[in-house]
Amino acid sequence: MAEHKKEIDQVTGIETTGHEWDGLKELNNPLPKWWLYIFYGSIIWSIAYWILMPSWPLVNGYTKGLLNYSQRAVATEEFDVAAAERAKVGEKLMEASLEEIRDTPALLEFAMAQGKVAFGDNCAPCHGTGATGFEGYPNLQDDSWIWGGDLDTLATTISYGVRAEHDETRFAEMPAFGRDELLEKDEIIQVSNYVGSVAGLPVQDGVDLEAGKVIFEENCASCHMENAKGDMETGSPNLTAPTYLYGKSVENIIAQVNAPRHGVMPAWIDRLGETTVKSLAVYVHSLGGGQ
Amino acid sequence: MSSQVEPIDNEEDETWFASAAKIYPMEVKGRFRKIKWIILFITLGIYYFTPFIRWDRGPLLPDQAVLVDFERKRGYFFFLEIWPQEVYYLAGLLIIAAVGLFLMNAIAGRLWCGYLCPQTVWTDLFFRIEHMVEGDRRKRMALDKQPWNAQKILKKGTKHFLWLMIAWWTGGAWVLYFSDAPTLVYDLATGQAAFSAYLWIGILTFTTYSLAGHMREQVCVYMCPWPRIQAALTDEHALNVTYRYDRGEPRGRLKENKKRIAEGLPAGDCIDCNQCVHACPTGVDIRKGSQLDCIQCGLCIDACDAIMNKVGKPTGLIAYDTDVNIERRERGEKEVYRLIRPRTVIYTAVIAAIAGVMLYAQLNRSMTDLSVVHDRNPLYVLQSDGAYRNGYALRLLNKHNNEQNFTLSVEDMPEGSVLEVVGVHRTASDVVKDTAITLSVDADTTRSVRALVFSPPGVEMPGSKPMSFKLVNTETGETTIISDFFRAPGK
Ligand code: SF4
Ligand code: SF4
Repeated sequence: MAEHKKEIDQVTGIETTGHEWDGLKELNNPLPKWWLYIFYGSIIWSIAYWILMPSWPLVNGYTKGLLNYSQRAVATEEFDVAAAERAKVGEKLMEASLEEIRDTPALLEFAMAQGKVAFGDNCAPCHGTGATGFEGYPNLQDDSWIWGGDLDTLATTISYGVRAEHDETRFAEMPAFGRDELLEKDEIIQVSNYVGSVAGLPVQDGVDLEAGKVIFEENCASCHMENAKGDMETGSPNLTAPTYLYGKSVENIIAQVNAPRHGVMPAWIDRLGETTVKSLAVYVHSLGGGQ
Repeated sequence: MSSQVEPIDNEEDETWFASAAKIYPMEVKGRFRKIKWIILFITLGIYYFTPFIRWDRGPLLPDQAVLVDFERKRGYFFFLEIWPQEVYYLAGLLIIAAVGLFLMNAIAGRLWCGYLCPQTVWTDLFFRIEHMVEGDRRKRMALDKQPWNAQKILKKGTKHFLWLMIAWWTGGAWVLYFSDAPTLVYDLATGQAAFSAYLWIGILTFTTYSLAGHMREQVCVYMCPWPRIQAALTDEHALNVTYRYDRGEPRGRLKENKKRIAEGLPAGDCIDCNQCVHACPTGVDIRKGSQLDCIQCGLCIDACDAIMNKVGKPTGLIAYDTDVNIERRERGEKEVYRLIRPRTVIYTAVIAAIAGVMLYAQLNRSMTDLSVVHDRNPLYVLQSDGAYRNGYALRLLNKHNNEQNFTLSVEDMPEGSVLEVVGVHRTASDVVKDTAITLSVDADTTRSVRALVFSPPGVEMPGSKPMSFKLVNTETGETTIISDFFRAPGK
């Protein structure tokens, strides 16, 4: 090997490396030395990198590196900075009244963004991602409300919930007219058909609506009012509303009068804090049904 | 497969790598040298001083003519202001630059390399400094050979110091494009500037000093992709710095050639003085034909012309010429130069087309913008009065540098429809009652609002009704119309 013959290419006058592939010969055009040095330099760099930075995987974990760099730490730091930045606006939200938030574009944009996220995280499981609710879980998009849909009322409802374990929770319970034998079966059918007629539903044949009306006035009007439009002060639903929480048909009404179901909404104030609750109230209000 | 030669795979063999031979270009005077000086002054002048040009944009916006403001996500170029969503201008500029390079190449080869490339311009400047401090070619060669003494240290030291100063100034000018220049100069001088500013100055000082001072032609020969691309793009009609061998050969020393002529033998004009080689900044002998290492700077033309003048022969033995013409002259035909060829026409057309589109976009650039996104869930909501409600997320964009007022309205909705914007109260100036609302957007920013559209109660609506939002600037009357749909349960 030591004494290889030099072969000079005829055309270029350059020495070949002696490598030949299918008649093609490789010329030996030497690379510049600095190229080689850069290669050595990058090897040294990589060793320095291994020592300083997290690099090698181990069985449990990895080599941490002398600089103790961690992308997670950097991300956490950035997160804290962002949180501090947000806290500034949060303070403003704390101070402002709900009306002020709604009327100040910058606060409104912030509250709606925060409220949207909080809604998705906390409220959507029951009320749906679009806030349109399900049977038994109120629709927050439309403009019929049980406890009221203005900003302050919404904030109160979100804070303390409905029939929740909180001293200030909203509470209302309809008597079980059938199960507790407060009304006869016939009377229940009569009053339910009467309510159906007020709500514009097709009623069952041969039912005495006049009798139903009397029963309604004696038993129901104290909460649902004479005109059946309900009372948001006491959380009595409007029976003429386009949708019912537990289904809008005479059969559903009969079932509800017989043995009403009562849903529960948790109190959020202790879990989410005042700022988030405010943002949620503004967000829900902004969906379009707010009063 | 069979080779009589042993492959030289053994490690002792040094020929795999070679030190680059140092090149000592001789200074020349002449036409191309002059052109290069003028271009150098213009380009470097633009680079170093542009950040200091002021351009009034009103009280709220920066008054720097050319500024890339990363913090506020804006780019400024004299009368232009670029928002992040408009960076496609940059794409347009890059396409024009690339095709411009192709066009230059089709006309006269590596015009870019020879005259305009930053690598060439800064290297030229550094050569000039070297020449001023250490003298011309011969003196520099002698200085490098001579042993170290005080004088050599002084000369080398001065040169490197000057190089570093220029390099440092180059890095300094770079960061000025990204912040208010006068303020940043003050901050840099008083040590108050951001760390990243110093870091970038450091990086650019290093690259300028090493690339223009030390790497020089190595950048063009080994690092830059353009020579490879250029070689593949060129054709036989492109002007190139060419040694006219039809006239120069057979070459020979002045006396020899005179003798040959006396003997009735053929003799060329090239007197083999090697001045063209000495002048070349990349160490090329152009008489070997066009080659990758030649950046086509034209300096060998100047060197050769000077010699031709001295020996009383016509200039232009080395000149911008084409392969076609050499062949034609050899055949005794007339020279031609075809500037108009398919490639020059196409390149020009592409540049004109893209420039035209960009110009059109710029002239018709809206100072306001509106984007509308319909709620996806729910698509519509039935109100207790029988109306349907649709919700839309609107984003208004104001590129003016002062607050602007707008009238937002919905069009193509039935009589009795209502538009509401969450958090915005109607004002007396809302022209069309119920379907228009006045909104203001702060200077140079965007505003997101939620709009609610109500159909008239009791009016039957189709499942999907095309409608639109109209945004009118109350002062300028500038109008933006965005089409969308109003959804209802119907078919
Ligand atoms: S080869 Fe590349 S670096 Fe050299 S002058 Fe041309 S474009 Fe510039
Ligand atoms: S051969 Fe001539 S044109 Fe080419 S780089 Fe050298 S001096 Fe410039």
